[in-house]
Amino acid sequence: MKSSKVIHAFYKDDEVLVKAVKKVRAANHHIEEVFTPFPVHGLDKALGLAPTRIAIASFLYGLTGLAFAIWMTNYMMIQDWPQNIGGKPSFSWFENMPAFVPIMFELTVFFAAHLMVITFYMRSRIWPFKKAENPDPRTTDDHFLMEIPFDGNETEITSLLEDTGAVEINIVEKH
Amino acid sequence: MYTVSKRLKTFSLALIVIGLIGTVYSFMNTPKTIEDVKAMQSTHETHGASHEAVTTHQEKTTHMVPAPHETNMNHETATEDGHNVSHDAHAAHTLHQLKNRPWAAFYVALFFFLGVTLLVLAFYAIQRVAQAGWSIVLFRVMEAITANLLPASIIMFLMIVAAAMHIHHLFPWMAEGTVDPTSPNYDAIIDGKSWWLNIPGWAIRGTVYLIGWNLYRMYIRKHSIAQDNGGTLETHKKGFNISVMFLFFFMISETLMSWDWIMGLDPHWFSTLFGWYIFSSLMVSAITVIAFVTIYLRSKGHLPFVNDSHIHDLAKFMFGFSVFWTYLWFSQFMLIWYANMPEETTYFAMRFNEYKIPFLSMIVMNFIFPILVLMNSDYKGIPWFIVIAGIIILIGHYVDIFIMVMPATVGANWAFGIPEISALLFFLGIFIYTVFNAFAKAKPLATGNPFIKESEEYHYYNIEHREESASEHH
Repeated sequence: MKSSKVIHAFYKDDEVLVKAVKKVRAANHHIEEVFTPFPVHGLDKALGLAPTRIAIASFLYGLTGLAFAIWMTNYMMIQDWPQNIGGKPSFSWFENMPAFVPIMFELTVFFAAHLMVITFYMRSRIWPFKKAENPDPRTTDDHFLMEIPFDGNETEITSLLEDTGAVEINIVEKH
Repeated sequence: MYTVSKRLKTFSLALIVIGLIGTVYSFMNTPKTIEDVKAMQSTHETHGASHEAVTTHQEKTTHMVPAPHETNMNHETATEDGHNVSHDAHAAHTLHQLKNRPWAAFYVALFFFLGVTLLVLAFYAIQRVAQAGWSIVLFRVMEAITANLLPASIIMFLMIVAAAMHIHHLFPWMAEGTVDPTSPNYDAIIDGKSWWLNIPGWAIRGTVYLIGWNLYRMYIRKHSIAQDNGGTLETHKKGFNISVMFLFFFMISETLMSWDWIMGLDPHWFSTLFGWYIFSSLMVSAITVIAFVTIYLRSKGHLPFVNDSHIHDLAKFMFGFSVFWTYLWFSQFMLIWYANMPEETTYFAMRFNEYKIPFLSMIVMNFIFPILVLMNSDYKGIPWFIVIAGIIILIGHYVDIFIMVMPATVGANWAFGIPEISALLFFLGIFIYTVFNAFAKAKPLATGNPFIKESEEYHYYNIEHREESASEHH
């Protein structure tokens, strides 16, 4: 029977951590989660995570913003309240298009950036007033933490982790 | 060490010869006299093209870009004798433009290749000044490309001399009597600018730019090879200092060069961001050329140390500078379009009326195509993909230079034919010949650079290197 216990292995260096992750996975251990104080390049690949799709989402958000800007400038400047600015014809969106390019650009960036950040927060399950998930406050400072489900064989897993350069190994009950 | 293959050498020499023959042919093929032009126009008439249309056509161009002597000539003669003489004036105007065409075609290709080479040199200097680590493996490629600077500069110098001696008439402000108040050709606007636009000053400035760039290129190439043969950190710092000074000189001379050599073709018109605009157009072309030469040499196995991350970085620059070009192009266009002042809008009115297809397709080739094709990170490391994107970018920026030069020099009488193609082939031949010969003259890797190890191990974390065995990377 599987216990609900997990092993917390602490590391003090990101490169050591990435190497440790590769070693632990090569020894056929499942890594539940890794907590780091900053994004570590290459860690996602080492963990075998699927590549992010946020770029595709961002592109679509940008297109949404572009479409919104076209609709908005057309509604405001052509349909609802046409004005004669600098002698430019105000009855055709297309002929006025150069004047709207900055708006189109800004709203494309605005939509892409904001919606991408919101998407990232949602996917990472973080929102205001949420209680932090990281098991040890040191992972917000200078420690890296690898969480592995405990399968009962303490000596084998601790010796493996010590080999990889872990500075501290704890077996804790997961809540 | 790399040696230029016989086939490549023959190919480049063939390009030079074909280009030269085509250029000489197009010079000989220009109409000599007004009678020739009239004969041409009347054949057009019999072929069904209405003469009336040709006439109004010409009139429009004259007003769009008021090349001073022509406009004045029109006014003088038209009032005297009516239609017949004004007909002569139109024919004379057309003759002037047709005579300009081979010169202008040659000048466009010359400026494009000189500019691209110069910007490769500037990009190289930026790498040294920024103390960039990633790009050292590409240093010998960039140095080889800048070898084209000397022949291009010599030809440019000859063009400057030819302009100063009135052998060609690409620059309307150089015409007889533009600054002489008693002359019928007097042009008050050009007279107002004559403290800058005068032939001695113009020729001396042009020569100074060319000498300055070539001195740096000669120095830094020697320096780079000296580093291979046991340079110290002190040597490296000296190269850094010289590069800083060159970049300072370059940014000023590049701006002035764009005024002197391109904006001076339309002496009534001015744009304050023109130097940056030229810079961006040449910069994106320069990086594309670096990518092309790198991909070619790597595919032949001469650059085993260049990995996909280096290519990926060049593609990122291609993407970024395409967007930068669009930003500057649009900034220039929108302000002129919105303010709608006649002295500024003539520039775009001319291009939009007479050059609609190249003008609009250039924006697609230089902006929409690169942004859609090069946006995805996965594609930026794939050589054939970059080659396709790069070909479009290079064509687009050649067209950009084309419609900077042509409307002011040949007006509505433009075409893309033997003069333009021959000039391109001629300079391409010189480029290939000098670049690959220069690459063969030094070690393909700048081993003396202190950042060489960082460059060789460079790996952009987000991509896989496809052409390497797994053992080479941790």
